[in-house]
Amino acid sequence: MATNPTGTYLDRAQSAKIAEADDRYTEEQVERARLKLLREPLVYSNRSYRWITEKVCGIVENRTPMWWFIALAVSAVIASLTPVMILYLIGTGVGVWGNNAPVFWAWDITNFVFWIGIGHAGTLISAILFLTRQKWRTSINRAAEAMTLFAVVCAGIYPAMHVGRVWMVWYLAPLPNANAIWPNFRSPLLWDVFAVSTYFTVSVLFWYVGLIPDLATLRDRARNKLRKFAYGLLALGWRGGNRQWNHYEMAYLILAGISTPLVLSVHSVVSFDFATSVIPGWHTTIFPPYFVAGAIFGGFAMVLTLMIPARAIYGLHDLFTDRHIDVMCKIILLTGTVVGYAYLMELFIAWWGANPGERAAFWYRAVGPSNWYYWVMMSCNVIVPQLFWWRHLRRHAVWVWFIVMGPNVGMWFERYVIIGTTLERDFLPGSWGYFNPSTVDVVMFIGTIGLFMTLFLLFVRFLPMIAIAEVKGVLPEADPHFHGTVEGEEPGTYPITEDPAGGDYNR
Amino acid sequence: MSPTQPNPPEKTPPPQEPVAREANLRPGQRLYAVGAEFSSVQDVYHAAEKCRDKGFLRWDVHSPFPIHGLNEAMGVGKSWVSALSLGGAATGLTTAVLLQTIPSVFVYPMVVQGKPYFSLEAFVPIMFELTILLTAFGTVGGMLLFNLLPRLNHPVFNWEYFNQKCNDDGFFIVIEASDPRFEEGATSAFLEEIGGRHVTFIPMEAET
Repeated sequence: MATNPTGTYLDRAQSAKIAEADDRYTEEQVERARLKLLREPLVYSNRSYRWITEKVCGIVENRTPMWWFIALAVSAVIASLTPVMILYLIGTGVGVWGNNAPVFWAWDITNFVFWIGIGHAGTLISAILFLTRQKWRTSINRAAEAMTLFAVVCAGIYPAMHVGRVWMVWYLAPLPNANAIWPNFRSPLLWDVFAVSTYFTVSVLFWYVGLIPDLATLRDRARNKLRKFAYGLLALGWRGGNRQWNHYEMAYLILAGISTPLVLSVHSVVSFDFATSVIPGWHTTIFPPYFVAGAIFGGFAMVLTLMIPARAIYGLHDLFTDRHIDVMCKIILLTGTVVGYAYLMELFIAWWGANPGERAAFWYRAVGPSNWYYWVMMSCNVIVPQLFWWRHLRRHAVWVWFIVMGPNVGMWFERYVIIGTTLERDFLPGSWGYFNPSTVDVVMFIGTIGLFMTLFLLFVRFLPMIAIAEVKGVLPEADPHFHGTVEGEEPGTYPITEDPAGGDYNR
Repeated sequence: MSPTQPNPPEKTPPPQEPVAREANLRPGQRLYAVGAEFSSVQDVYHAAEKCRDKGFLRWDVHSPFPIHGLNEAMGVGKSWVSALSLGGAATGLTTAVLLQTIPSVFVYPMVVQGKPYFSLEAFVPIMFELTILLTAFGTVGGMLLFNLLPRLNHPVFNWEYFNQKCNDDGFFIVIEASDPRFEEGATSAFLEEIGGRHVTFIPMEAET
């Protein structure tokens, strides 16, 4: 081997030079040494601006593939279960759920927290990774933000329905009314209303602002009148002049800047619903950071769940590359470990705090009647993601797809453990109970999964699922001072991006 | 692994005719601007510096994505969308304070959990959320306002080649006829001299 893969850049540059001068090395080995000096590109295969336009717009413009109709039909049928169940619930009452005393919150709030958490990855990718200048975000931010919106739509159904008399839900809004009643602004439940609705609105705006230039691309390429009209209207007459980009970029920066504290606040406020109460197991200060880490963890898992099949179907391997999957797996590994730390710290504090109620709550979580929820959570969230320590698994999409099912399942169980199993074991044994989901509980949850998939399929079909303008902006030739980096190459061309040895970059 | 289709070929540009030094307009048609295409980000960046140094005021660089550092190359100042964001933030914060204080203290005072009527700590989450919400409105509204959008039609769209490439892979400089230093012959010659191709006069009214 001509290079020293663990050495510094200079070491590697040195060995590449030596390799080039030395006859004993084949051209292939020299090439390989040279590749070691390069950073793994964000877009593989030296793709041009036009290729990106054609590829991403092609998904929207080409004939609708048959699988899409089948998938849409299946998910739409599943989604239609949600309104059916909602109508049944409104017509009959919340008693159709399995909720009981003492488990007043069960699957409804579990599903709400689960879906809201899923959304967090989208905002993290679009806002926090933007502020930290993580350029790889450009390939996934559009789809992840769309996923955020759809997840929040699914989430919103549950709190609205669980109030019981749905037609009174407008009481949550601070509106003057005939009874002269006003909401209690000191309640975390009302904070939640504001947090979630702000989160949804700001996410929609952020997403739409990002879409404007790409809608203009679709408008310019539109062949028939309907598309021209629809995309033309949505693109707002975008012209791509730098005087426009100047304001656009400032607006995007500010939206990223405000979305960063927003995304951290939303799940913190959701956790206040529990943490500000006095129920043992809920009344802990660790909740806000623990909820946020869990949300990012579960959200990234869901992004990978959706994007790996999308990449395979549409052949987006050069845009959503193995490197993207690798980096996202590392984030899952990190947040999964944070979540594991939080689980252990909860147990430690329950013991160290010497509060009998708190000790009992955690004891019953782990060994009580619902302990299987707890152990599913532990294994899916803490143990399964540890597989991502192996680079081989992070670099193979099929493995990744199966491994992220762990967090997907585990995060739902975590929410149930926090909500359901905690309520089952209260201070007084006299008020202990058990929760069994009713059919309506189960069908309604499956229905929201269908709703989520339906919305995502529609998004993939009608809007560019990769941020075209942003990906073009991270190509090396998009830098005004780029003049080629490799000796002997024409300025303006990009060095070879395929490893002739057929392996990976940065080994 | 990756799909192997090659990069698509360049779009065929309109035949390169000798550059006209005068706009060929129908009677009643006014001249909007003269535009030229540049082959790469690097070219358009340096051309923009030259346009700036020439002292043009009413001109723009069109590109499919924002080009880093082009504001300096064009001599365009900082965007003040941020001022409207700040205005939105102040409005949101004030709204939240009033929205919570008026009902909790004056209209519907009620002791909850032994907290005072005016409980600032408990009001913080909603103050935060509404501040963010109205900042977002101010930011997006400000961006649209400063960009004069939505504006579905614009004279620059009368240049067909521009429409094909501007949001794909073309980099254009467009100098408006209303610029004080604009002269049909000299400006089109200047654009060609700094590396522009397909120098075109863009009419104010559509061709049809």
